[in-house]
Amino acid sequence: MKAIDTVKIARDKDRPHGIDFINKICDNFFEMCGDRSFSDDKAIIGGVCNIGAHIVTVLAIEKGRTTEDRQLRNFGMPHPEGYRKSLRLMRQANKFNRPIICFVDTAGAFPGLGAEERGQGTAIAENLMEMFSFNVPIITILTGEGGSGGALALSVANEVYMLKNSVYSVISPEGCASILFKDSTKSEEAAEALKLKAENMLELGVIEGIIEEDDGLMDRIKCLIIDRLNVLKDQENLKEKRFDRFRKF
Amino acid sequence: MISLRDLFRKPKNRPENQGADGNSPKAPDGLYTKCDGCKRSIFTEELMLNQSVCPDCFFHFKISARRRLEFLVDKDSFIETNSDLKGKDILSFPSYEEKLKEAVKKCGENEAVITGTAKIDGLEFGIFIMESRFMMGSMGSAVGEKITRIFEDALIKKIPVIGFCLSGGARMQEGIISLMQMAKTSAAINKHSEAGLLYISVLTDPTTGGVTASFAMLGDIILAEPGALIGFAGPRVIEQTLRQKLPDGFQKAEFLLKGGFVDSIIKRTEQREKIGQLLKLHVEEDNESN
Ligand SMILES: [Zn+2]
Repeated sequence: MKAIDTVKIARDKDRPHGIDFINKICDNFFEMCGDRSFSDDKAIIGGVCNIGAHIVTVLAIEKGRTTEDRQLRNFGMPHPEGYRKSLRLMRQANKFNRPIICFVDTAGAFPGLGAEERGQGTAIAENLMEMFSFNVPIITILTGEGGSGGALALSVANEVYMLKNSVYSVISPEGCASILFKDSTKSEEAAEALKLKAENMLELGVIEGIIEEDDGLMDRIKCLIIDRLNVLKDQENLKEKRFDRFRKF
Repeated sequence: MISLRDLFRKPKNRPENQGADGNSPKAPDGLYTKCDGCKRSIFTEELMLNQSVCPDCFFHFKISARRRLEFLVDKDSFIETNSDLKGKDILSFPSYEEKLKEAVKKCGENEAVITGTAKIDGLEFGIFIMESRFMMGSMGSAVGEKITRIFEDALIKKIPVIGFCLSGGARMQEGIISLMQMAKTSAAINKHSEAGLLYISVLTDPTTGGVTASFAMLGDIILAEPGALIGFAGPRVIEQTLRQKLPDGFQKAEFLLKGGFVDSIIKRTEQREKIGQLLKLHVEEDNESN
């Protein structure tokens, strides 16, 4: 399949979204809101729940489906307060010694006035640095678009998985085409050049595995999370292992 | 404001002798240089003596990483590290190899950052300085690796790191590997920081994208040069998204100071003194080697 076609599937609004993974995989989900500083960013949903026998903190970027919901969720493009809420909940997870599970699906961190005013760069940077301090297992699953720093801010994990038709990229094909090829219509070429498909990520060692997409998707993800947590929870030095995982790039 | 140098100011009808966009590491040939800030013509020698800062309006011209070292650190104290590290065309990205070669030829550096150790008033620190003429200071695997290593080296030596940031962002031609550099450098800073060591980042014009969203904003102390553009999303991207003009001064260093994201704005000509002051305030006596 052409890379640009995978990008289209990854962006399809009928794909399972962040909230669907929470609904289908998590039990007893209790949502927690707010960054304790400015507001609650609805682009990222966070809370505590059960996955199988595990108690975990879950974070999910949600794009929204209806027009109203998409506006509420800012089309899944978080503001700094979204990343700050995430960091708050991850610190809390670390405190209570529970694993962190992230579902990532975003075109990127929102490029806007308020986002810049409130320190979008700072918020992402602080997530990246502090996620290296946590002693609990962190697993990230890229479910749709893995858009640049905005996706990475929830992906400094011990293990990262991608759905077969999700993508992960430093820039959108459109952005790359207009900046590098000086021609925004060359996004097909750009998508190919960026090597943003799950299979490319596996080859480059950026992810641990690819999750096939079919009717059993939700069960497969649930089993994967439970299996991996069973392994990771007994491991020592999760922090050191997370360092090593990213040091190799 | 009339000063002596007005006497040397070039008559309006004389041909422009545009030598210094500040991007040249050497003194430019032109006798006068037009200031991008106040649009006046400055006696080039005077501009050079003033560290490429306009004596009238304090506009900071871009300067090369090597030139910055000349007036920042103790004479002959800079010991370069990893100067042989070069960007790799991991993805076989169209025309990336050629662009790398061009950049090396253009500025004489192997990559968009130089790293090493240096001293101010005898106090040693690790240093990285990004280079605008090398693909707009973009961060690929070599830039990320060099910055990571300088934090690792500084951790072993138990010395601070001072980093001059300047970047258009992640280097697209290295795709996802350039994104991973954001995490890698942040990890190295985390370890250096947990050992109780000081990191001062200095944001220079421009600091944007993936560099802003990683090591640029992770300093214990964050300084900025006057007028520097600092942001995550570039102004053009924001204007396209919002379909509106951005307010004056948006994303400038002064705007970030007001918003609480930098500690202090420091003129280039005062940086040696102020950074020296900060180093002295952080180095314990028994660690002083000189
Ligand atoms: Zn001027």
